[in-house]
Amino acid sequence: MSAAVLVAVLVAGGVYLLMQRGLVRVTFGFILLGHAANVLLLSAGGMSRREPPLLGTTDPAVAADPLPQAFALTAIVITFGITVYLLAMAGNGGDDDAPDTDAEPSPGGSTEQGVRA
Amino acid sequence: MSDLVPFLLWLPLLGAALTLAAGERVRLQRVISFTVSALVLAYGITMLTLTSDGSVVVEQVAGWPGGIAIPFAVDTLSALMVTVAAVLVLTSTAFAVFTGDDEDRYFLPLVLVLSGGVYGAFVTADLFNLFVMIEVALIPSYVLITRRGSASEMGAGRIYLTVNLLVSTVLLAGVGLIYGTTGTVNLGELAGAATESVGAALAGGVVLLALGAKAALVPVHSWLPRTYPFASVATTALLSGLLTKIGVYGIFRVYAVMFSGDERLQTPWLVILLITMVVGALGALGESAMRPILVFGMSSQVGYILLGIGFFGELGLQAGIFYLVHHIIAKAALFLACGAVEHEAGTGELSRLGGAARREPLLALAFIAAALSLVGIPPFSGFVAKFSLVRAAAIEGEWIAVTLVVAVSLLTLLTMLKIWNGAFWGEDPDEESRASQQGASGTLPDQTDPMSSPLLRRAKVSITEGPPGGMPRGLILPGLTLAALSLTIGLGADVLLGLAGTAAQGLVDPTAYVSAVTGR
Repeated sequence: MSAAVLVAVLVAGGVYLLMQRGLVRVTFGFILLGHAANVLLLSAGGMSRREPPLLGTTDPAVAADPLPQAFALTAIVITFGITVYLLAMAGNGGDDDAPDTDAEPSPGGSTEQGVRA
Repeated sequence: MSDLVPFLLWLPLLGAALTLAAGERVRLQRVISFTVSALVLAYGITMLTLTSDGSVVVEQVAGWPGGIAIPFAVDTLSALMVTVAAVLVLTSTAFAVFTGDDEDRYFLPLVLVLSGGVYGAFVTADLFNLFVMIEVALIPSYVLITRRGSASEMGAGRIYLTVNLLVSTVLLAGVGLIYGTTGTVNLGELAGAATESVGAALAGGVVLLALGAKAALVPVHSWLPRTYPFASVATTALLSGLLTKIGVYGIFRVYAVMFSGDERLQTPWLVILLITMVVGALGALGESAMRPILVFGMSSQVGYILLGIGFFGELGLQAGIFYLVHHIIAKAALFLACGAVEHEAGTGELSRLGGAARREPLLALAFIAAALSLVGIPPFSGFVAKFSLVRAAAIEGEWIAVTLVVAVSLLTLLTMLKIWNGAFWGEDPDEESRASQQGASGTLPDQTDPMSSPLLRRAKVSITEGPPGGMPRGLILPGLTLAALSLTIGLGADVLLGLAGTAAQGLVDPTAYVSAVTGR
């Protein structure tokens, strides 16, 4: 239950931040969403069993499922890489999306827009 | 051959590392990346012949027993997808060599990583691994779209990155939910899981939603036309043929294995796919530049490809798989032909183009062949694809689908005519640039030249206009090759129809796939 509430709060915060205009806020939104997905993955392995999953030392009935932990680890690495890229974009291409990208720019006129910006 | 399956993933990654190490030596980079793609193509064709009898080649990675290992499995569908993807990577890379995209030292390494992720996604038999492979393919594409850094590219890249990241998060959550409800993410172990429990069906639905967004099905398609047309031409061709098709392939596979083609879902599928077909074609009609028309049309075509799911049967799926192969080739030919025009003219706006057919008849030939193929005119591959789809729908008694398949083809024809009339037919619109060209030649008068009188010089300009002012053959050849391939497939349709039929049997009855993957 606590995991469900945590996921709900994280998703709500993440979605709220995604709706913002600045790319830095969007990035923070994705960090929250990534955490929500990770909590979801961990809870998929069962929240009641939390002992370290070591053969021979832990009773398999109470040992945590290591597979979702591996999933979450992979997902964290991917989220981390993309977060860095998002922040780099926010720093490089302007934090805010420029007004002329809102007005359906024509792909053919990309060079002109590059000059205007 | 099964030991070699992970080779599809590590060879492109190794190639990427080598091309990166080659640094500024562009020629070495090209040699490496063409070698890698050619090897993958050869391997794909080998696997295609090995699996053409419906057998499945499985590699349980690291020798773990089936069901525990993270398996790679190649059946006819996977082998077909890998082969077509390798063809597309080869032609798009060749095109990029001639447009100068690959002078950026990171271009070829990025393309190699992307292709590795795509091949990996086509052969993996594990849902979490599918997520990882999609990420491996997506991350280079984020960079490829924003690489040139102009304002419009950054705007498109921003939408592309955020939408795909959101969809990937949904996919990850879906995979987590599947693990939570069934206790496994191995596709073999998941066989029929969604028909047995509501929880697993809902979790699978989340995965299908994410894959549908990657494939640009209609309620979740709007990111596609706002992003793809802004990348460089070679990148658009590459992404359109590879990335959205991962979603299509994933839907085929997950729906066939996990849902066993559940009959109760067929009506919702039909509704979504038919709306996708219509909205995509209408959206394409409303665009005014070449690549946005083609990209919007992609949505419509994805509706055609997946239509077979709506009446889950061997004929429909066979038509869909045939259509998938045809679509990847014909669409890439269109992108490359239009891209060549756009590369030369510096714009894709139809109002500022014209007369390309007179200047570059070969290019126009490539375009018209690919366009007719896309519309579905014999003897091109599109005719066989659409005919078998209409036949399958008629046998199933889905008359609305039959009507819409034919009607939307007419809309597709209109969009193709729009490009043809705007860019290939008619007068040259760029009077100013022509004038400046003549002005430039006028500033270098060769007084000793007997042809320096204005009248004769003019004649000289029009004579020399062909080869030096014309397009390099390298820009035309990749598109022409793909158009010829489409014609070949259309003329010798039996071969591909047979393969697509075997692949469709594997989807309708995934027993062989499941037992090979689980090792039972």
